Amino acid sequence: MNIAFSTELICFLILSSVVISGSLAVVLLDNIVYSAFLLGGVFMAVAGLYLLLNASFVAAAQILVYVGAVNVLILFAIMLVNKKEKLKPIKGLRTRKLISGAVCGGLLILLLRVSITTKWNLPGPKSIGEEATERIGEHLFTDYLLPFELASILLLMAMIGAIVLARRDVSIPKDDINDFKNDNSLNDKKIPLLSENSLK
Amino acid sequence: MLENSFGPVPLQAYLIVAAFLFCTGVWGLINSRNAVRVLMSIELMLNAVNINLMSFSSYIDGSIIRGQVFSIFVITVAAAEAAVGLAILLSLYRNRVTIDMESFNLLKW
Repeated sequence: MNIAFSTELICFLILSSVVISGSLAVVLLDNIVYSAFLLGGVFMAVAGLYLLLNASFVAAAQILVYVGAVNVLILFAIMLVNKKEKLKPIKGLRTRKLISGAVCGGLLILLLRVSITTKWNLPGPKSIGEEATERIGEHLFTDYLLPFELASILLLMAMIGAIVLARRDVSIPKDDINDFKNDNSLNDKKIPLLSENSLK
Repeated sequence: MLENSFGPVPLQAYLIVAAFLFCTGVWGLINSRNAVRVLMSIELMLNAVNINLMSFSSYIDGSIIRGQVFSIFVITVAAAEAAVGLAILLSLYRNRVTIDMESFNLLKW
């Protein structure tokens, strides 16, 4: 076993242990801020796994999108809704945790059994390594052109949907702000998107 | 597993890591009472799927790498899902003033 092999093996062991222990900590820790930062660590370790798999472009995209956007978004959401609240105890929580733990353990055993016992078609064709980025570009503009364009439309829809869902008030025309005579009209115009009465 | 030309790490090792990550995500999705943690669990599950796609792309489909293209699409959809999910969460928090998942029974009955 030469040095490249052992280096790759050590990198894989470190990254996979970070992924597994980090994901357990994300789920199990009480403090949600710690969970969010550890989630960023898990995302970065997953990007390291992608680098081990000869996929530098997807690793960069993973860092940019997950660590740079999704994780920051989650941190902002935690800051916006960070209210210390005492959760009401619900009965049967422990049995629910046990049952779901058993179900997830069974799923894990099933997945492990499938992945170990299946005869994968190995070794496949030789990996193209650093040409992967060019090949991804070719794919995106030839045979995956339609999903690529659909992804752009999806991102636009998500952006507009997020703005519509998260904004506070409907916009008030400028003329009504200067209209001091009827103050009630201002309050009437500030209709929240989902009013409290409509929920009850 | 050392006889293939892909280095010391077999394909199954990546699949095992992804399976652990996915099951952790499922457990967190079921048992979290904080709504933000539910979204974080969904992200964990999507990452597990991405690891699977990437490892198959590298080991079995090494010359065409369709798996990498798919994982890019999964990353895109995950970003959109996170944005819309957190917006829904903010809207819910504004109306209910809680983030306890057990109190979000708005669509029940």
